[in-house]
Amino acid sequence: MQPFTKFVSRVAVMDRSNVDTDQIIPKQFLKRIERTGFGQFLFYDWRFDENGQPRPEFELNLPVNQGANILLARRDFGTGSSREHAVWALADFGFRCIISESFGDIFYNNCFKNGVLPIRLSEAEISNLFQLMRETPQLELVIDLEKKTIVAGEDLTINFEVEEFRRQKLLRGLDDIGLTLQHLNKIEDYERARGWIEHT
Amino acid sequence: MNNSEPRTLFEKIWDQHIVYEDPELQTLLYIDLHLVHEVTSPQAFDGLRMAGRPVRRPEFTIATPDHNVPTTDRSLPIVDLVSRQQVETLRKNCREFGIRLYDINSVKQGIVHVIGPELGLTQPGKTIVCGDSHTSTHGAFGALAFGIGTSEVEHVLATQTLPQKKPKTLELRVDGELGYGVTAKDIILYIIGKISTSGGSGYVAEYTGSAIRALDMEGRMTVCNMSIEGGARAGLIAPDDKTFEYLRGREFAPRDFDQAMAQWKQLTTDPDAKFDRVEMFQAAKIAPQVSWGTNPGQVAPVDGKIPHPSDVDDPIEQKSIEAALSYMDLKPGTPINTIKIDKVFIGSCTNSRIGDLRAAAEILHGKKIAPHVSGLVVPGSGQVKQQAEEEGLDAIFKQAGLEWREAGCSMCLGMNPDQLSPGERCASTSNRNFEGRQGRGGRTHLVSPQTAAAAAVAGHFVDVRELG
Repeated sequence: MQPFTKFVSRVAVMDRSNVDTDQIIPKQFLKRIERTGFGQFLFYDWRFDENGQPRPEFELNLPVNQGANILLARRDFGTGSSREHAVWALADFGFRCIISESFGDIFYNNCFKNGVLPIRLSEAEISNLFQLMRETPQLELVIDLEKKTIVAGEDLTINFEVEEFRRQKLLRGLDDIGLTLQHLNKIEDYERARGWIEHT
Repeated sequence: MNNSEPRTLFEKIWDQHIVYEDPELQTLLYIDLHLVHEVTSPQAFDGLRMAGRPVRRPEFTIATPDHNVPTTDRSLPIVDLVSRQQVETLRKNCREFGIRLYDINSVKQGIVHVIGPELGLTQPGKTIVCGDSHTSTHGAFGALAFGIGTSEVEHVLATQTLPQKKPKTLELRVDGELGYGVTAKDIILYIIGKISTSGGSGYVAEYTGSAIRALDMEGRMTVCNMSIEGGARAGLIAPDDKTFEYLRGREFAPRDFDQAMAQWKQLTTDPDAKFDRVEMFQAAKIAPQVSWGTNPGQVAPVDGKIPHPSDVDDPIEQKSIEAALSYMDLKPGTPINTIKIDKVFIGSCTNSRIGDLRAAAEILHGKKIAPHVSGLVVPGSGQVKQQAEEEGLDAIFKQAGLEWREAGCSMCLGMNPDQLSPGERCASTSNRNFEGRQGRGGRTHLVSPQTAAAAAVAGHFVDVRELG
């Protein structure tokens, strides 16, 4: 995984709450057995009409939101189904950071496995950001995982919290399985203590 | 981890499964049972292959295709080539990695959360995971069971463990007796309506209280199943005699059952143990529930009305209600029991067990569904299907005008051909009413099997309490 340290980007603004993973990646695209290429299906039923034509009014189709690597949404983003395809689609589309008041637990977890940083902010901070983006849609934010800050122009710096182990893994681009296997002897000890046959 | 301190049921299971604890990192938790299905596993197996890793404990891993399989004639090949390839891939992966598979023509095939308990694989005190958010179902047995993403599926396959952050504990206590016609499904919809879809976020919920104790195992599974809809990754219920009797004699139940039972009896929350949060509910206040919106927290009693956005103060919530009513094509103030339906779906990991089918059949017995309504009854497993047919329930459904299908997830998520058409309105016993969940443009109302059956007959929602 690519290490995640600091980046600068404009923000795609999505003024919606309760965006569930069924919306992020609808079920018809879960039949694929690959891990790549899901970006084209991101928010498919919202982005495209019944004939597969883009809906011009949908947030991600607006010219102002093109090329943004940060997604700003209202509370309860990524609730529902465990489908990691939702994060694959967001990442493949270009999003590296999602900012919301709250996230579905499984989605939140899945983000870190794919180099995507979900940032939780308070309701007031989210409202501020929405207001700021309304006033200055082209504003670029600096997401700094080292310092745990979002810098929005010269006047506003927002601190965010992220569990230290998650931060370290993202910063260093560490692979979870590799880390766990460093403790293989402890797994074996545990299995032995439970009385299970030695694994060969 | 001082064992003399009072602990909750969750903490007892958690403590028993700690492989390694690092204050700086997460807890490495041992996983006793890993359930695998065709949709969230192919990329995980690919990851193993690329890294040259085996499955650490194939004997703790069980697979079945359930999400995208057709529920029509199983002797025919799957028409959808992409679905077919996904099922074939599961087959190939199970062969290559030595995992037991209950394939499409096995009587033991079914929705993964129905077959786990049915086969006796689900047991008190186990840690159980699956690449599916409704893994919380297995918590009904006093197991710690939660859904994971595909990267975590790969992690469990490779290491039989998961690094986890310890969640907080939430007690959801339901006391008193349920009224006539009120079911486990109504309890959980009611709770989600009160705590909201994010109410349990970051918590493991334990359901307690006399109304929960009074539920049979299937009812408890229905409640725990929808923990995730209330935001909690896992929900559990302490095991008791009902749990033990359910498991006794099942294929994978422990051989020395009495010894296992003695251990399982320790799996209760100690009287002085403290939850991080407690929410209490009165069973007598719970009416049959009907969801009206596009998230499972948007529910109303069947004798209630569609709310006005102005009923709430929060502008974000107002906007959410407006968007939901627009999608659902409903007007504020409409009595729920006047809403007409086009379709009925009885099935899903929430409500597709034999008790659910019996309850629906009891209402449908000798009746016909309304002329403008059609629908599916989809048993949760091959074994449920067999049992229902032995009892003649299939005949009741067919005579009423419903289709009787093969086991699978079916129209709960419409990955197979079982879908709503745009604009169709469905009374569904499933767990999610998200936009397009059952088919693009489809409108889902979550209800109990009883309420779904009664709505099918009347052609609109009715209060099942008035049928008695």
